[in-house]
Amino acid sequence: MSAASLPQADARVSPEDFKQRSHESLHDAHLRQSFRGAMDFLVERRALQFPDLQAFNTLRKLGENVRQHALAQLPDLLERLEARLTELGVAVHWAETPADANRIFLDIARRHAATLMVKGKSMVSEEIGLNHEMAAHGVECIETDMGEYILQLDGDRPSHIIMPAIHKTKEDVAAIFHEHIDGAPLSDDVNELIAIGRRALREKFASAKIGVSGVNFMVAETGTLALVENEGNGRLCTSVPDVHVAITGLEKVVDRLEHVLPLYALLPKSATGQAVTTYLNLITGPRRAGEKDGPREMHLILLDNGRTQAYREARFRATLQCIRCGACMNHCPVYTRVGGLSYGTTYPGPIGAIISPHLMGLQSTRDLPTASSLCGACGDVCPVGIPIPDMLMKLREAGRHSVAESITPPAQALVGQGSVRRAGEVLAWRAWRVLYSHAALYRLFAWLAPRLRWLTPAWQGGWTASRAALKPAPRSLREQLARRRAGRTVPGR
Amino acid sequence: MSGAAAEPRARAAIFARLRAAPDVEPVAVPDVAGYYRNRAAPSGESRRERFVRNARSWRAEVIETTAGDWPAALDAVLDARNVRRLLAGRGTTIADTLAARLPAGRLRWYDAPLASFKPELFGAIDAGITTTLGAVAETGSLLLWPDAAEPRTLSLVQPLHIAVLHESGLHETLFDAMVGQGWAARMPSNALLVTGPSKTADIQRMLVYGAHGPRELVILLLRDGDAA
Amino acid sequence: MSASPHAAGSTETRQVYLFATCVIDLFAPQAGVDVVEVLERLGVTVHFPAAQTCCGQPAYTTGFPEEARKVAAAQLDLFPEPWPVIVPSGSCGGMLKQHWPRLFADDPARRVQAESIAARTVEFTDYLVNTLGFRLDAPAASGAPLRVALHTSCSARREMGTLGCGRALLERLPGVERVEHGHEAECCGFGGTFSVKHPEISAAMAADKLDALTASGCESFVSADCGCLLNLNLSLEKRGAALRGQHIASLVRARMDGAAS
Repeated sequence: MSAASLPQADARVSPEDFKQRSHESLHDAHLRQSFRGAMDFLVERRALQFPDLQAFNTLRKLGENVRQHALAQLPDLLERLEARLTELGVAVHWAETPADANRIFLDIARRHAATLMVKGKSMVSEEIGLNHEMAAHGVECIETDMGEYILQLDGDRPSHIIMPAIHKTKEDVAAIFHEHIDGAPLSDDVNELIAIGRRALREKFASAKIGVSGVNFMVAETGTLALVENEGNGRLCTSVPDVHVAITGLEKVVDRLEHVLPLYALLPKSATGQAVTTYLNLITGPRRAGEKDGPREMHLILLDNGRTQAYREARFRATLQCIRCGACMNHCPVYTRVGGLSYGTTYPGPIGAIISPHLMGLQSTRDLPTASSLCGACGDVCPVGIPIPDMLMKLREAGRHSVAESITPPAQALVGQGSVRRAGEVLAWRAWRVLYSHAALYRLFAWLAPRLRWLTPAWQGGWTASRAALKPAPRSLREQLARRRAGRTVPGR
Repeated sequence: MSGAAAEPRARAAIFARLRAAPDVEPVAVPDVAGYYRNRAAPSGESRRERFVRNARSWRAEVIETTAGDWPAALDAVLDARNVRRLLAGRGTTIADTLAARLPAGRLRWYDAPLASFKPELFGAIDAGITTTLGAVAETGSLLLWPDAAEPRTLSLVQPLHIAVLHESGLHETLFDAMVGQGWAARMPSNALLVTGPSKTADIQRMLVYGAHGPRELVILLLRDGDAA
Repeated sequence: MSASPHAAGSTETRQVYLFATCVIDLFAPQAGVDVVEVLERLGVTVHFPAAQTCCGQPAYTTGFPEEARKVAAAQLDLFPEPWPVIVPSGSCGGMLKQHWPRLFADDPARRVQAESIAARTVEFTDYLVNTLGFRLDAPAASGAPLRVALHTSCSARREMGTLGCGRALLERLPGVERVEHGHEAECCGFGGTFSVKHPEISAAMAADKLDALTASGCESFVSADCGCLLNLNLSLEKRGAALRGQHIASLVRARMDGAAS
């Protein structure tokens, strides 16, 4: 299969269409059912891993501590990491934008005259649109995680960061394999399907010059890259090809090797309810003298793409604590109903709603921070204590207030700061503020509204699409209490 | 514009932004050791029993044997699975026993670098056998440090991985192993924690073993005190 | 009266403030009346500062903290005595307890007031169960058996920690059987302005909640949050369904009436 023949995921998807896509998802009974089932399964499995809330909180506190400790000295740690990796013979690259990162990939591919890359699961590679960009330059970049491979064959996109193909049935997969893999029989036996995928990808592993991977944690102390996985494709991508290119966000560094341990204790339990994954793969530099396998050449690409914006303000910095477990999605009542594809972002769900505005600006992502009832389930389960609901509120505020309009102005504007501000909404809240901060005015309102309840419109925008109209009661509480008190003073009651 | 010219600029710009960020309140150094020290010690079963139970819960086959009996146990494993070609590394603690025990046709040494060995590795070998650096009882995981003798792919490419583990190599936690063995000062190019065979649940959440790595993991656990 | 406030040791009358919330004031006053009625029958003197309006939460959660701050500031002088501030809503209670101190973090004088109120803020069921030790003692006289589902609001569960209080309160009402419903911990889809900014998602969440409540076999359901109740009851009304929810204070009062008769 040539790069040109690989179907490409639609690059035009955007969070601007969130409402339209979530509308479609809400009316897709099959999708609703499969997401609900999958999320219930993951929620239950996670709960089994954390039977003792106090023990969970102790571990989570430590995980949060590790991430905050690393972020507090991020530039220093990155310099140490870079120095350590350079000593080990790893080329460290810095990319401000997805375009920078893709250019680095392409340079490496060209230098090795490579036309095929095998790739382990990497959300950052999704973030930069690596497959698409490489294909455009004649380099085939094959997904090797089973779920991602299925999606790539089908030209579809991941709907969950841990279980990318949960929206596909085994019948879907059977049809996709039958169509795209030479000689694949039409089978909906899951064992058989995985065997087909394994066989098809073996050829790719054996022939690819470049292996691409993401990174779960980087260790400044040792220059170690930690990769967490179940399938073994990550190990193959980082062991078999002559060149290994790892890409990740620059926030993923921790100080010491042992700091990986609490994060690894939290990640698989939170993600899939597993105590451990099949593999924890710790890579410290390329193949050493005398070794027979492992990459001869190794690169690490550190991507910014908006992360430094989240970093520079204390109120958004906790966003960078994320270890990408997906627990916030699994527990989110909104995500459970609209599915990951509705978001139109690399990272969907609650964590996506607080990361994406830094990656893509507040304007195109305007519907994401508001797409939450602030129920708090995400914050409850976050293994590194990110106050996701608080961040959603802060992003709502930043979208609606330019730097000049902010009461406590940020040092620098976020990209798209104030771009969601609408005169109507601003006016409504001003009116609300005047009414509710002047007791006499409100008293008049509370007297008037019940008496004018017959004027209540039957249509109240989105509210009445699924609900009866909201109408003031015949008498307000304050009136009823006043009357009650007055009545009590009447002798002989 | 070439990446080489752009990268120093990108690096400088990123660091300028990071350095310009306001300081946050100091964060305490994480006390990972304290966390592991304060956790309730497991009680009841022995460390070996705990390892065996946990490893089996991940679908590893654990065969409890002795330093004297393991070659026979290995024969049984190979015969039961009709393994015709077993791959092993030279110069390891098990190499001499393997050489003495297995017929030449059945044993294949991992001698050549991967580049020249690839076709055979990916096509003509049924199983790989490795030593281990130890294991973790808490999770039933093996510790592997692939090296020149036992390359990374020896435990990865074949459908069956057989690991030889001494009971004395059991640690309670990964933390104990990491700190006890002083990993941070001497990290190898690749260190692995392996828990059960390769697996995936990417299709309808149905668990399937042997996704890309071994479909089966057999652990020959050599008990202490039964030295031959 | 068979209700027994286990505050026998104290001869002093209990005095509390009621922060009734703007939702109850205009849209669900009966819940507020029932809260006052129940507390007074239990010997508590309830003070309702008439100048109170709203905790500021709607603006706060929508991204207009300054508007919220102004409205919240207008409430700060209304609770000068060191009495508990009873809030018959986990959501508004959470605003007072968790968010007011943060809202005034940069305003020392107001922060002191906000922190004082936060420390005294008690959700209604919490006050009944944990402060008054409320229990209805007369099983025979407390009304017909009733199967009730409990919807605990997200704020009650997470910001006020009163999930257990609601359950305990129902246990202390003889004849009332609490039934569980599917995905009980899940949000009802209200979420303040979320319900109008994303009405379809909100409606889907409410619909699932109503299906679960209906499937539970409950005869009615209760909640300590009128925001959730408005969302659910008006959705039920639109559906043409007979099931309705009420504030938990209204159920307590009804059972007290039953006990007293």
